[in-house]
Amino acid sequence: MSIIGLGIGWQIVAMLVNRDILPAPWDVFVVFVDELDNGLVTHFLYSLWRVTAGMALSVLVAAPVGLAIGGSKRLDRIFSPIIYILYPIPKVVFVPVVLLFLGIGDVAKITLIFLILFFQILVLVRDQAAGLPPQLIQSLQSLGAGRRALFRFVYLPASLPAILTALRQSIGTAVAVLYITELFATKYGLGYYIYYNGSTLFNYPAMYAGVIAMSLLGLGMYYAVDWAERRLCKWKFVG
Amino acid sequence: MINLHSLTFGYPHTAPILQDFNWKVERGETWAILGSSGCGKTTLLYLLAGLRFPTKGVIEIDGERLTRPRPRSGLILQDYGLLPWATVRENAGLGLQVRDFYGEDGKHTPKNFQPEKDPEYWLTTLGLSEVADKYPAQISGGQRQRTAIARTLALSPDLLLMDEPFSSLDAITREDLQNLTLSLCKEQNLTLVIVTHAIEEAIALGSKILLLDSSPRVFENPHVGEMEQRELYELLREKMRSEKSEK
Repeated sequence: MSIIGLGIGWQIVAMLVNRDILPAPWDVFVVFVDELDNGLVTHFLYSLWRVTAGMALSVLVAAPVGLAIGGSKRLDRIFSPIIYILYPIPKVVFVPVVLLFLGIGDVAKITLIFLILFFQILVLVRDQAAGLPPQLIQSLQSLGAGRRALFRFVYLPASLPAILTALRQSIGTAVAVLYITELFATKYGLGYYIYYNGSTLFNYPAMYAGVIAMSLLGLGMYYAVDWAERRLCKWKFVG
Repeated sequence: MINLHSLTFGYPHTAPILQDFNWKVERGETWAILGSSGCGKTTLLYLLAGLRFPTKGVIEIDGERLTRPRPRSGLILQDYGLLPWATVRENAGLGLQVRDFYGEDGKHTPKNFQPEKDPEYWLTTLGLSEVADKYPAQISGGQRQRTAIARTLALSPDLLLMDEPFSSLDAITREDLQNLTLSLCKEQNLTLVIVTHAIEEAIALGSKILLLDSSPRVFENPHVGEMEQRELYELLREKMRSEKSEK
């Protein structure tokens, strides 16, 4: 229903503007279907790989670090000022530095996505771990749990919803960063596809087909995170 | 079983809550620690659980100096301390999972540890079988408290430490769980130390009552006729009232 509403709105604006730069949704849809056989799927898969790898790497690194900092007041005192200094810096400014050190391949693109998502996930996971009720920790300690068992049985499962929330909040940013990273030094990816069709070929229907593909990429990721939350955090959906 | 020698404890920058405190508990006794808010009864329980450490003095349990949580002591807290993301069955088996996680290292898990009874046995005994697959948020307060008891009993403890465990329950559930606790202590030969601020509960559960105030005193509870119980109640109430007015 909402998609139909969006299509109608788009159609009205396209009719009002009546310029090549804003084609009607049906024209874009036809091109989108055609482009699926003309490489759009390949561009989509390249983008999917980069953004998924960047997000996965962020979770794998930021979640344990966030858990460790959130679970220890001493570590929190040491590292929180550093986090607060680095967090607000727009990581896109590091593009030349990352390119210089990591080259122009996928590693640089994935690293940029990682750099942006890392701090978002780190801060959310740290806050979740630090905010756990002390009674929960003490009752586990009384069962014989030391630091390692506390991480396994309390901090990690307690932080899963925060990790997934951070991921959900980061999808928009990750896809936006993906676009930027695919503007340079590549011939594959939706960012390249959109820019190439829009700014070099002036093929606007194809450009919008790329935008739709990027939206679908984001949509698919939102659904994937929702699915993971329903599988991993069943307790949140009861009662 | 429990020996406290000249125990002193205080939080930083405050006056000591417990000072030069001596106390002895024999195996199989049921003790109620009674006192008004802030008198240090919960702190004393946490010291016995090995979760706090005395500023001065020594705590010995079974002749061994307490330096960390003791594997055979079970602690049950006021708000049950259940994991919200684990089902009743998973919560009941949590202590065993923690022990499996470490293996028989002699530190977190006693050497040659063999649970006497399966968590499933305790779920059945405590009437939790029907809610075993539910999460804590889906069950009543009484069921949550039973789950906490099942989790503790699954580790075959010899000492049960309870911090106002029934305070948030309705009168009927509270009475049921008090009776259940006493019968379990008798059956399993457990030593019980329960903290409460309710005189009725202290009389119902404690064969001995430690009134924790500026000069802690012990009251024997013979658990005989209604008249004697009434007299004990009045005596404890009077002591608590006079302590409060002195403050």
